[in-house]
Amino acid sequence: MRYAYFPGCSYHGTGKEYELSTHAVAKKLGMELVTIPDWSCCGATASHGKSHLLNIALPSRNLGIAEGMGIDEVTTGCAACYQQLANANKKMIENEDLRNKVNSITGKPYKGTLKVKSIVEAIGIVDPETIKSQIVKPLTGLKVACYYGCLLVRPPEITGFDDPENPMFIDNIMKLAGAEALDWAHKTECCGASLGVSNLDVAVRMIDRILAAAVESDADCIAVACPFCHLNLDWHQKSVNRKLRKSYDIPVFYFTELLGLSMGISPDELGFKTHFTDTKKVLSVVG
Amino acid sequence: MAKRIGLFICWCGSNIGGVVDVPRVVEETKNYPGVAFATDYKYMCSEPGQNLIISKVKEHNLDRVVVASCTPMLHEPTFRKAIARAGLNPYMFDMANIREQCSWVHSNDKEAATQKAIALVKRALAKVSQVEPLFESSIPITKKALVVGAGIAGIQVALDIADSGHEVILLERESTIGGNMVKLDKTFPTMDCSACISTPKMVQAAQHPNITIMTYAELVDVQGYIGNFEVTIKQKARFVDHTICTGCGLCTEKCPTKVSSSFELGMGKRKAIYIEFPQAVPNKPVIDPDNCRYLKNGKCGICKKLCPVGAVDFEQKDELIEEKVGAIVIATGYDLIKWEEIYGEYGYGRFKDVITGLQFERLVNASGPTNGLIQRPSDGKEPKTVVFIKCVGSRDEAKAKEYCSRACCMYTAKHAHQVIEKIEGGHAYIFYMDVRTPGKAYDEFYRRTVDEGAQYIRGRVSKIYQSGDKLVVMGADTLLGSAVHIEADLVVLATAMVPTEGSEKIAQLAGVNIDKDGFFIEAHPKLRPVETMTGGVFLAGACQGPKDIPDTVSQASGAAAKVAALLSNDQMATDPMICHIDEKMCSGCLVCKEVCPYKAISEKTITERIAGQPVERIVASVNTGLCQGCGNCTVACRAGAANLKGYTNLQLLSEVDALCR
Amino acid sequence: MESINVNESIVKNADFTEEIGIESGQPVQKCYQCGKCTAGCPLTFAMDYKPNQVIRMVQLGMKDELLKCQTIWICSNCSTCTTRCPCNVEVAEVMGALRIMAGKSGTTPPGKAKYVEVMYDALLGTVERFGRTYEVGLVMQNNLKSGKLFNNADMGMPMFQRGKLKLLPTKVQGAAEVARIFAEVRKMEGGVK
Repeated sequence: MRYAYFPGCSYHGTGKEYELSTHAVAKKLGMELVTIPDWSCCGATASHGKSHLLNIALPSRNLGIAEGMGIDEVTTGCAACYQQLANANKKMIENEDLRNKVNSITGKPYKGTLKVKSIVEAIGIVDPETIKSQIVKPLTGLKVACYYGCLLVRPPEITGFDDPENPMFIDNIMKLAGAEALDWAHKTECCGASLGVSNLDVAVRMIDRILAAAVESDADCIAVACPFCHLNLDWHQKSVNRKLRKSYDIPVFYFTELLGLSMGISPDELGFKTHFTDTKKVLSVVG
Repeated sequence: MAKRIGLFICWCGSNIGGVVDVPRVVEETKNYPGVAFATDYKYMCSEPGQNLIISKVKEHNLDRVVVASCTPMLHEPTFRKAIARAGLNPYMFDMANIREQCSWVHSNDKEAATQKAIALVKRALAKVSQVEPLFESSIPITKKALVVGAGIAGIQVALDIADSGHEVILLERESTIGGNMVKLDKTFPTMDCSACISTPKMVQAAQHPNITIMTYAELVDVQGYIGNFEVTIKQKARFVDHTICTGCGLCTEKCPTKVSSSFELGMGKRKAIYIEFPQAVPNKPVIDPDNCRYLKNGKCGICKKLCPVGAVDFEQKDELIEEKVGAIVIATGYDLIKWEEIYGEYGYGRFKDVITGLQFERLVNASGPTNGLIQRPSDGKEPKTVVFIKCVGSRDEAKAKEYCSRACCMYTAKHAHQVIEKIEGGHAYIFYMDVRTPGKAYDEFYRRTVDEGAQYIRGRVSKIYQSGDKLVVMGADTLLGSAVHIEADLVVLATAMVPTEGSEKIAQLAGVNIDKDGFFIEAHPKLRPVETMTGGVFLAGACQGPKDIPDTVSQASGAAAKVAALLSNDQMATDPMICHIDEKMCSGCLVCKEVCPYKAISEKTITERIAGQPVERIVASVNTGLCQGCGNCTVACRAGAANLKGYTNLQLLSEVDALCR
Repeated sequence: MESINVNESIVKNADFTEEIGIESGQPVQKCYQCGKCTAGCPLTFAMDYKPNQVIRMVQLGMKDELLKCQTIWICSNCSTCTTRCPCNVEVAEVMGALRIMAGKSGTTPPGKAKYVEVMYDALLGTVERFGRTYEVGLVMQNNLKSGKLFNNADMGMPMFQRGKLKLLPTKVQGAAEVARIFAEVRKMEGGVK
């Protein structure tokens, strides 16, 4: 299965582990991810509150480039990038006036022929037998709280591939990897996203809620699918501890890291070393 | 003989006269060929208006009348009766609708409306020039009624019809009558015990000489029409002979199979051979063939061995029974919406301690699965903090039903009162958008509950989740302008009332319409709430729309009165506007027979003399009793042999001519 | 709060209510104030007006109060409100429309909300220049403009040590194209700083 691949701005930086593990896992599953040449920022976080036109134009430029690649489907890991691309795609397909307006300013006109999928859906729809055939070190005994966040599952008119209240795509992938996917209450509660940078003392309250629920459900780790969620839950765990006088010590992984681990890929190749939380704990659980 | 048409144009106050220039319409049409007299009047349907028609018919020796006024649906019968009083055949008449189809819809263009009114009057004059006298015939009425559904609505209808002296079949697909009302504990606003007030009616129905109760039976076919229905009922095999069974209950005691009871709404179990509840009518068991070990695998059979009178009969088969009735009343009641399939934010049914209001009734009911103790389904502990959420599935155009389910505000107040009364140290919190208490003593009931300590919080609940053994309810207090949360032991959802499963099929069988939400449609929402557009089929209870017990019982008695009125006649007049086959033109192709939806056309052999020789041939023949005058056959007939009396081809063509000139 | 002169409020600001309806594409008049949006919003603890109150204020045409409030900037666009609203009002879109209008009006958002706008502008500033976000530049600009000079400073070094923070920006080949998008939007609409 070939996809036009949109890396997103955080991939080479703060989302490095997601980049590494996604590519490693894709290779094992026979998924070819062809990076969109000269891709530019999709405008996540900031453009939605500045201008509707900008909010569609920035991602559309990338869709326009991707259309010329001869591949039908686009995928991306970052949930915010996914939301931007999927939203722009829908609006560009449905609204001819908007399409013409946007195409006149992006320099890369988009006709509306592509499908946009999150990497969660792209991996989730692979035949379970194919995935299972690659699992050599099942994560037996590992209790994972799968955290979806917001932009992956809401609003359902844009996302639609999973249930917005009790999504199961990441849970099912973790189950195939041999782990125990926990039924917990905060799968889709917001982590605060960019408030983690602009207003940390607001964000820590939201991050705290999620960490508390994960700990209450007896999770060994949290699996995420978005670099911002990872930033807030992993990088800022110490901030939460400091500002709210807590003592959380729960590792936070991209689900592709855990999937890759079960496929026998070495932790270093997956990015285990660059987390802020202690990833070695998980290695001891799975042996 | 020359026709003498009387033309009467109505102002309808300002309804027509305020838009259409009525005097001008009279001017332009009074010289139409055949018009012997023309005038206008403010209210033709009033007594002076009708008397005007009668007096002018006599004075000017008129032989046919046109009234230009409102819709025939409203006043065609009125004017037909008036000219009949004047001595004319009531079908020497036509109406021009210059209100609903003219002044009411073209009120912004008076000139155009007036031109249209003139055209419509000319059309009516052209038609009435071609009419002939028509004569009604009569058919006998079967003096028996069928009531489909034996909840409180059906039982009340049956009792009232039976008391008026007519026979009733009370049909119920469950194994007992009683419906949803017998599942309830107490009823607002008086807090009467539900069983105490409904079981006497159930027994009354069982003992009434005019009522035949058929339980565990379903309606499978309806043929015929008002006054003359032929229905087919499937009596499901009970595998217990009720004529022998004494109701001793030994079989139900010893049956080894326990399954989830739908009567207990999944909160309790019953046996494979079972009586639904202790006061069931009939108080005799049935066997559930899907779960009985003997019927499925040939094992067990202990009930048969133990029965002291040998009433268990595994060989019983479903039986089809045909009955003739004159009227049908649909009283199929309601179910609750399947909220578990819709509301993921409330857990999709995964949390055991999130239940519906009806499930709460079973908990608090002394003959329920917990013997009347309010207990958490998860661990059986008594809940101290109970949260009620109203409007779950109602008033929600995004995911569920737009309408308000009418009874929930009252029964939630009732439940809150029961929590406070029965649970020591118990707290009741109710999340609401409004509190709707329109009935007698209703608002007083609600205020008393608030005085007792029920906490009403204005806002909807966004999410419920499990935290330890508590349920966290995330709500809002919009009056305060804040989000709120409560750790609850039990959450009760007031879920939307929807029509009973299978309502659509009953509607198809009886030939009645259902609305976008599946409720049966009444003939007129204000003036004819218990009738349907199908003659002889009536409605009662929640099947027509969500309602509480007082309204249900009132409506049931209303439906019964309509049925009694219908059945009080020995004969009923049939509509003379039916199909007539001109046998000379009929070629016997019988295409009309194929297209007749009422199976009113059959083939007939006639003998003619052709060139001196008798020749037999087939022609179509119409059963005047069955024909409803739909006109399908007249359209299908290539020879023009089939003609609809009152709407003949000639009459319709003359209308077209009048409009085109 | 003073008694609101409803005749004035609704009539004087009918344009505003209509404009928000068009900009957001939402039927705000349908809202019957059930409060489900507020009930599920994860950020009400940091907001001045709650989501249901914001919609009510739009219905009443309270333009000044809305364009100056914190809520519209604190909203993280998580869309929980949108997903659960029984009247099909996409509340997050209304927040977005108010944010856009507030940005164009030039008012500085109050309190914590100020840092959100600063961050948005800083982020978009790097995108306009380089075609992609430049995280270090973003943080520096953010800190300068917000006055929180050492915001997240202690985290920067560990990020860099893990190779997760590039000191220098990556400039996209089509950076000029991206810059043109910003210029054209500004021309067509105004308001993108």
